[in-house]
Amino acid sequence: MSGKSRKSIFASIAEAVQMYIPGTKVYHTMPARRARIGTLFILPFIIGFIFFMVQPLIFSFQMSLHEVKLRAGGGFEMVWNNYHNYNYALFRDPDFNQDLLTESGRMVVNTIATLVMSFVIAVILNQKFKGRIICRVIFFLPVILSSGVLPGIESSNEFYNMMGDIANNVQNSSGVNISASLQQLLQVSGVGSGVFDVIFQMIDAIYDIVMASGIQIIIFLSGLQSISPSLYEAADVEGCSAWESFWKITFPMVSPLLLVNCIYTIIDFFMKNDNSVVELINSTMYGVQLNFGVASAMSWIYFGVALLFIAISTFIITRVVKSYE
Amino acid sequence: MSKDNTVFIGKNKSFWERNRRSEGYLLKRRSGQIALSVIRALLMFGLCFMIIQPMLTRLSMSFMEERDLYDSTIILLPRHVTLDNYRIVADLTSFPTSMLNTLWISLLISACQVVAATLVAYGFARFDFPLKKFWFGCVVALIIIPPQTIQTSLYMTFANFDILGLITLIKGSTINLRSSILPYVLMSLTCVGLKNGLFIYMLRQYFRSVPESLEEAAYVDGCSTMHTFVKIMLPDAMPTIASCFLFSFVWQWTDLFYSRNFLSGYTLYSVQLSTIVSRMSRYFSDNANQSIVVPNGRQLQLISIGVLICCIPLIILYCFTQRTFVESLAMTGSKE
Repeated sequence: MSGKSRKSIFASIAEAVQMYIPGTKVYHTMPARRARIGTLFILPFIIGFIFFMVQPLIFSFQMSLHEVKLRAGGGFEMVWNNYHNYNYALFRDPDFNQDLLTESGRMVVNTIATLVMSFVIAVILNQKFKGRIICRVIFFLPVILSSGVLPGIESSNEFYNMMGDIANNVQNSSGVNISASLQQLLQVSGVGSGVFDVIFQMIDAIYDIVMASGIQIIIFLSGLQSISPSLYEAADVEGCSAWESFWKITFPMVSPLLLVNCIYTIIDFFMKNDNSVVELINSTMYGVQLNFGVASAMSWIYFGVALLFIAISTFIITRVVKSYE
Repeated sequence: MSKDNTVFIGKNKSFWERNRRSEGYLLKRRSGQIALSVIRALLMFGLCFMIIQPMLTRLSMSFMEERDLYDSTIILLPRHVTLDNYRIVADLTSFPTSMLNTLWISLLISACQVVAATLVAYGFARFDFPLKKFWFGCVVALIIIPPQTIQTSLYMTFANFDILGLITLIKGSTINLRSSILPYVLMSLTCVGLKNGLFIYMLRQYFRSVPESLEEAAYVDGCSTMHTFVKIMLPDAMPTIASCFLFSFVWQWTDLFYSRNFLSGYTLYSVQLSTIVSRMSRYFSDNANQSIVVPNGRQLQLISIGVLICCIPLIILYCFTQRTFVESLAMTGSKE
């Protein structure tokens, strides 16, 4: 392969094409045969991706630029309306931009908290202690318990929310709520409140965070288990403390997985059912007006935001990880 | 540790004696260890309890009669035990039918997904072909693109299904596939179903970790490519495939998004569960022949039971297969 890379692009394209055309010189070579078989193996994916991904994507993009009118006898027509859908979604719709903003904020906080949490839990689960297997079984339960329809179904109940508010109020007044009283204490003593607000938000959302970090724990744990014990042994012999070897060995070895986990967490958060933007898109689409154009414009904006966050976090994490190498 | 060392410190000497000899180091170290394990145990217990507690609350709540719900002296143990709630929820979610439908559809879909994903993953892991990087980029894109983006257009595509205008030519109009399972099976077989990109990724990661010499040996002995794949690669890959299957099964079981969009012709448990509240008032009013507003507490109880019924089969499955779930995924994730 290394010899071939010197060739011009056109030559390699020509060769690639020849691999699939019987009768040419390249066709009967071993690499060409392998290439054909390989293509055959991934053919289902190619077909699916083109027909059920690319085509709908293009179609949905078209719809987001047009006004979609359903005809009475089935079928539909599209009328160009000059970016009105995007305009409407971003500036006219009463809920969309606010929901988008709050969800993005929640996403940033939750992603950071999930990464830290799952990393800590993975480190603990990687140690040897009694009941470790049971702990593992329980920590991966959220993979089941927080999938699909299950999260958010109870919080959609009004009573549940009402009770939550009441419970919060009662706790605040009686001082039982530790995080709230601690927060007050810190505020009174004059510690900067901006950062602490975020931290307390994380503490209050700890249930959501643990429920969302099943897969991430597994991924971190697999990374931890692949570190060879001889590294720690060598560090120990050289007089490295556990704290030092954590920062000098464990963290750098696992940090490449940080990116995978970060992306997974962001995507997972954006696709959840209890996300208010997803709910809004659904209600716009299947609601009274059946407003397909606006709904697809919204989902494109939403996707764009998700992509933006993934790009930003990739940029940051690759920088951070590089400095450790 | 060398032998004379043990003799010097002496196992039979008391802890304090040994501590004195090490000039307090032993005590410091031992107490540090104990403190660490106590903190760890507390943390683990707390977090585990937090995960399980909602399920336990739901379980105890599910046996309560309605009046127990409003009795503030009752917190966990029901005073009037009843199984009536389960019957009501079963009626509300058309229980046996919806569960059976969910079961066979989940099995079918996850089988399709896993078969397709295995083939594609093997293709990516072992063959060099033109545009390989590009197609793998597409797999990553598949993982990243939220299905919500294409939801609308897939809905429209299948509502007015047509293959390059052929069906319109023959039948005169497009056909509506929205209530049939066919589109979803097609999507699963072509790797664009529920979280399918992830399965391709996991399986590819596994296939890459298998030494290539195995296949070379098979090739030298005259084994064809397909034969090598079926006889040599597949048996070893079974644990990973099984874990993909389990994930797919569980996610399909609880899935709402695809079920609502593509399987509206079937009564599925997850869809029934998501709309349980709207059916509740009708159910109770039919019983009493008048319109009743179901109290919120009661609603919450019935929803909890619905969630419980949905989870129990999965939890039982998980308890038996947790090794497959966890260990083989840990194996595949190891290389980045």
